[in-house]
Amino acid sequence: MRDYEKYIRYRTFPTPWCPGCGDGVILKSIAMAFAELNLDPDDIVVIAGIGCSGRMPTYFNTNTLHTTHGRALTFATGIKLAKPEKLVVVISGDGDATAIGGNHLIHAARRNIGIKMILINNGIYGMTGGQVSPLTPPSFFTETTPYGNIEPHFNVRKLLTAAEATFVARETVNRLMQLKQVIKKSFQHKGFSVVEVMSNCHVNLGRRNKMKSPLVMTKYIRDITMNMPEFEKLSPAEQASKYPLGIFVQNTERLEYTDLYYNHIVPTAQQAGAKGEK
Amino acid sequence: MSQRKVLQGNIIVAKAALAAGCDFFAGYPITPSSEIAQYMSKEMPKMERTFIQMEDEIASLGACIGASLAGRKTLTATSGPGFSLMQEHVGMAVIAEVPVVIVNVMRGGPSTGMPTKPAQADLMQARWGTHGDHPIIALYPAFSDEIFSETVRAFNLAEKYWNPVILLLDEVLGKAHMDVEIPEPGSYEVYWEKTHEIKDLNIYDRNLGENPPRIDFFHGYPIHIDSLEHDAHGWPSFDAKTVDKMQKLRMQKIYQNLDDIIKYKEYFMDDAEVMVFSFGISARSALAAVKTAREQGIKAGLFQALTIWPFPRAALQERFKKTKKVLTVEMNMGQMKYEVERIAPCDVEKQTLLRANGMPFAPAEVLDAIKEFAK
Repeated sequence: MRDYEKYIRYRTFPTPWCPGCGDGVILKSIAMAFAELNLDPDDIVVIAGIGCSGRMPTYFNTNTLHTTHGRALTFATGIKLAKPEKLVVVISGDGDATAIGGNHLIHAARRNIGIKMILINNGIYGMTGGQVSPLTPPSFFTETTPYGNIEPHFNVRKLLTAAEATFVARETVNRLMQLKQVIKKSFQHKGFSVVEVMSNCHVNLGRRNKMKSPLVMTKYIRDITMNMPEFEKLSPAEQASKYPLGIFVQNTERLEYTDLYYNHIVPTAQQAGAKGEK
Repeated sequence: MSQRKVLQGNIIVAKAALAAGCDFFAGYPITPSSEIAQYMSKEMPKMERTFIQMEDEIASLGACIGASLAGRKTLTATSGPGFSLMQEHVGMAVIAEVPVVIVNVMRGGPSTGMPTKPAQADLMQARWGTHGDHPIIALYPAFSDEIFSETVRAFNLAEKYWNPVILLLDEVLGKAHMDVEIPEPGSYEVYWEKTHEIKDLNIYDRNLGENPPRIDFFHGYPIHIDSLEHDAHGWPSFDAKTVDKMQKLRMQKIYQNLDDIIKYKEYFMDDAEVMVFSFGISARSALAAVKTAREQGIKAGLFQALTIWPFPRAALQERFKKTKKVLTVEMNMGQMKYEVERIAPCDVEKQTLLRANGMPFAPAEVLDAIKEFAK
C-alpha cells in the first residue's frame, strides 16, 4: 500500500466518473497532499456540493460530507468555526462554485476563513448532461448553447483577487506533481485558499466541440495554459484565450477569520462583560 | 432563583436558546427577527460560543448544519422570506438527520408583504416547505413563559430526534415587551446526548422507532454524511428496499414518539359545547374571549396547540367525542382549518374566524364569533 492510499476509501469504489475523467487525478493529488503532510484522517473533513465533483468526498477515507448544490462553503464555514483546528477541504465544480454558489465563494474569500477549496474547472455542467456554465469558454457549443456560447466566462483568478482572497492558484490535471505541490501549499496556508484545477470533460464538453477523446482534450488544456512568466509576455489580445498557471496570490499577513473571532472578539467581549458594559 | 423580567419576545427566545446550551448561531438580518441575532452577537462571544452573520439565509442554515455535525447546538432565526430560502437545507437536515433549531418570527406575506405586521402565515410552509416526504416538528408558543419553555424544548427535541425543529413566533410577540418568568437553570430539562463511540460506518443503523444516536465528525472514526438517499452506512443508495427502510426510520422516529413531542393546553374544555381551536397570538385573544363567554354563561373552551406539527390529532379527536362545535381562529386565509376539517367527524360543526390584514384579533371579535356559533 502506498502512503496516500490510507486516505482513499476503497470500499466505496467504483466512482461514477466517465473513463478518462480528470477527477481521478485530482482525487489522487489531494490524497498525496494529505500523505505528505502526514495528517490523521479523522482530523480532515472533505465537503462537496452537487455535480461530478460532488461525489468526490465519498472516496476519501476522512470525514466526508456531501451537501446541496453550490452551498458546500456554507457547511464548511460552520464546521471550521466549530472546530478551527481541523483541515476543512471543499471540492467544487465550476457551476457549483461560480454560478449557484458564487455568492458564498466571494464571501468566504472576503472573510478569509481557513477553508481549502479545490475548484475543478471543466467548463461544463457534466453530471446534468452538458449545459453551459459560467466558466464555459465563449463560442463553445453545449446542450443549452446549441448556436454557441455568447456569454464571457468568469476569470476566477481576477474574481478572487478582487474579493481579497489570500491564496489563489491554478493548475491542470496534466501536471500531477505540480498539482499535488500547489494543493499541499494551499493546505499549509492559514486563510481561505482556492486552487482552480483545469480539468477535462471530453464527454460533455469535448464531444460537442471536436475534442471527443481524453487525449485531445488534455492536449487542448496543455495548449491554452502556461506558466505565469510566459503568460505575461503575451499581448492582451492573446491573453484573453489563455490561462496562466501557478500561485497568483499568497498573502500570509491578513489574519484568518476563526483566529480573529476566538482570539480577538471573544476576549474583547469578555472584557466588556467583566466591566459590566451593556 | 427564577427571575421576573420585562423582555422582548425575541430576547426571551435568545435567552432560552443560550440556557438550552445553544453554542452556535448563524443568521441573516430580517424584520421582525433581527433582535435574536443582535442579542446573540453580543452575548455569545462572552461565553466563548460562536456567532456569525452569513451572506444569506441559505448560508445561515448551511453553516448551522455544518456546525451541528461538528458537535454544536445550533440556532438560526429568520422570517417568512428567509424561511423560504432555507427550505432546501431543511430537507438536507432531515435526510442527513442533523439537529438544528430554526426560529421563524412570522410576518405578513406573500413576498415582501408586510414586514412589520403579524400573520400566522407560514404554518403550512413549516410543514411542507421543503421538497420530498419528510417528518417535521414545529412548536408555537403564545404566552411569555411558553416562549422560554418551548424554545428550550425545541433544542431538546432536535437533539433527541435528530431532526430540524421549527419554532414559530408571531411578529407582535417577537417585538412586544412582556412580563416573563425566567426559570432557574436546572429547573427545566436540557437534553444532551454525548456522541456514541463510532466504530464503523453503520451510523444510521437502528430499529424502527428508535432515537438515532448522535453522529458527529471527529470522533476517531471518519464517517460519511450524505444529502443523497443512503443506506445504514450513510453511503448513497437508491435500492428500493433500502430507501423504504431509511424513509420509515426517519418518519417513525417522530411518529412513534408523538406523546413526547405533542404538547397542547386546554382551557375550560371539560364541559365545553363550543371549542375554540387556536395557537400563537390568536390563542391569547381566544383565551380572553372564552373567559368572558363563560362569565356570560356560554360553555366555551380553548384548545391551544403548542406543537402544531405533528398535528395534535389524537387529542382533538378525543375532544370531538363530546364537543360538537369547533371554531378555528387563525390569522391567515385558512391553513390549519383544513387539518381540523380533515380529522373532525361529520357530526362536528366547523366554523372559522380568519383574517390576514395585519391586525390581530381583539378578544371581543373572537367573543362575537363564539356567541354567533353557540346560538
